[in-house]
Amino acid sequence: MSTLTTAAGAAGSSAPVQAAKPKLKTSAMIASFADPGQKTTPAPFGHALVKAAEADTRIVGLTADLGKYTDMHIFAKAFPERFFQMGMAEQLLFGAAAGMAETGLIPFASTYSVFAARRAYDFLCLDIAEPNLNVNIVGGLPGLTTGYGPSHQATEDMAIFRGMPNLTIVDPCDSIDIEQAVPQLAASDGPTYLRLLRGNVPTVLDEYDYTFELGKAKVLRGGNDVVFVSSGLMTMRALQAAEALAKHNVDVAVVHTPTIKPFDSATVLAELSTDRLAVTLENHTVVGGLFETVASAVVTAGLGKRVVPIALPDQFLDAGALPTLHERYGLSVDRIVAKVLAELG
Amino acid sequence: MTLSSVEAAPTAAPEPGRVDRIRAAAYRIRHHALTMGEVQGQGYVGQALGAADMLASVYADQLTYRAEDPHWEGRDRFLLSTGHYAIGHYAALAEAGIVPVAELETYGSDDSRLPMSGMSTYTPGMEISGGSLGHGLTIAVGMALGLRLQGSASRVINFLSDGELDEGSTWEAAMGAHHHQLGNLTAMVDINALQADGATDTVLRTEPVTEKWESFGWYTQRVDGNDVGALLAAFDNIATRSAATGQPSVILCDTKVGRGVPLLETREKAHFMRIEEHEWQICREQLTAGYEGTASA
Repeated sequence: MSTLTTAAGAAGSSAPVQAAKPKLKTSAMIASFADPGQKTTPAPFGHALVKAAEADTRIVGLTADLGKYTDMHIFAKAFPERFFQMGMAEQLLFGAAAGMAETGLIPFASTYSVFAARRAYDFLCLDIAEPNLNVNIVGGLPGLTTGYGPSHQATEDMAIFRGMPNLTIVDPCDSIDIEQAVPQLAASDGPTYLRLLRGNVPTVLDEYDYTFELGKAKVLRGGNDVVFVSSGLMTMRALQAAEALAKHNVDVAVVHTPTIKPFDSATVLAELSTDRLAVTLENHTVVGGLFETVASAVVTAGLGKRVVPIALPDQFLDAGALPTLHERYGLSVDRIVAKVLAELG
Repeated sequence: MTLSSVEAAPTAAPEPGRVDRIRAAAYRIRHHALTMGEVQGQGYVGQALGAADMLASVYADQLTYRAEDPHWEGRDRFLLSTGHYAIGHYAALAEAGIVPVAELETYGSDDSRLPMSGMSTYTPGMEISGGSLGHGLTIAVGMALGLRLQGSASRVINFLSDGELDEGSTWEAAMGAHHHQLGNLTAMVDINALQADGATDTVLRTEPVTEKWESFGWYTQRVDGNDVGALLAAFDNIATRSAATGQPSVILCDTKVGRGVPLLETREKAHFMRIEEHEWQICREQLTAGYEGTASA
């Protein structure tokens, strides 16, 4: 896990971690959740957007004073005339993105997820989603991917956005997902929201027979005892936990659902229609995200199936180092393994 | 002419024939608004009457559009932020030939293309869905950027109200338009000094409005928004100046709620004006008498 330290915002965790261990420090905003030595790809979103923009001159990029922190700076450098800095003004960012789409352009507008979801909701809803414009909202720091506390942790972004008609929500796992998603988001007619992973992003799914398809869930591996349904970076953890559980003779299947809305219920329900223990894993509060999406699909289909959520708790989270927080709130591989073993008794 | 601007008065006053033509259009817009108001028995008639001269100046003098093809790519864009002014906007769209006059009587009725609050998805010629105030100018900034990027000579005109100056997003957009040097963008602010809860200076003081826009870097003119000659002169000033400088322009328009109908001009000011059944005909007669009286003057 990352042990990057900086002087800025170095608020040590006050949690009761093991006394012998040195306390980890909060990373700067560009924290990586990649494991030490893990294969990563730099700025996959920025490079994918440049590639898409080379093929489609309608693509433009906007940001609200967070270009460097959402990998939009890659695009700004490649296409300075097609990049628009809107300042720290998220209402303007998304209203202007709507106006640009009205003139036939395909905007990708980036900020942090907290600001998109909490601060600019009315503009996303009425200016972009209601007229069903092709505006692509790019939200950095989704869920628990920063140790800065609730001001920066978008733990409820999917819960907020799932209620918005017309909006497609994508929660990518890794650099492969992002690279393959960007051109599909641009080609998709209506508005989309991408839970951005930025900086050096883990590259995981190239090890599997996998391609990203907008609106589709994919079974990454089969397993006889447990089925994981996961999205976002928690698919990486789900795959790691599945490997670890194999050592306990527990055979785990992993279903990756990068599109949260519209949700591929057919694929997921087919996997849940067995006696295996069903577990959802998401980098999001247990309220209104993947777990409740799966639960509503299960209930609607009359499946009568118990589903165990692994998700962030319904509370404002602590500040601190990401590895500390992921362990504290149950997103770490160790906590996933322990939870599954406890469920299996 | 009551151009009380920080800028110099226009070098040439608009010719009388042009002014008369716009005044006639404003009269018809007011007449349409009263007809629509009668359908509902109430409504934002006061605002429509107050803004009729602004709308007439835009649709009958300024905008380039094709009535038979409201989505024509080369059109100028007119964005109504204040969704509740739709009654006035529909009247202007009828005057422009974009909406049939006969359709106006469906205003606010079930399945009508003319809902109470303006929405782009319902009405031809309605560029945006207003109503949630403070949105229009942000969208206008994006449209102006998008049109410029694509080499279009089209202009963007955003109609907003003094109440919308309460919204922070309006000022985000004002900064953005100046930063990006949007000479193809004009804002028109209807300063009727009235908001939902009462007079603007009792709800949230927005004055000094002129100085605010100037300090945000806009080419700022303040005029009597019920004086067609002043409105046209302000537009003429923009045409000779703003496109070259890359400076966005704002016309601050002081208007009178209910303008043109003395019965309503003198009524206690209300955001949502109640008009009795028997009063509609009186309103129309007063409007016509006033228009004809000054038209010959």
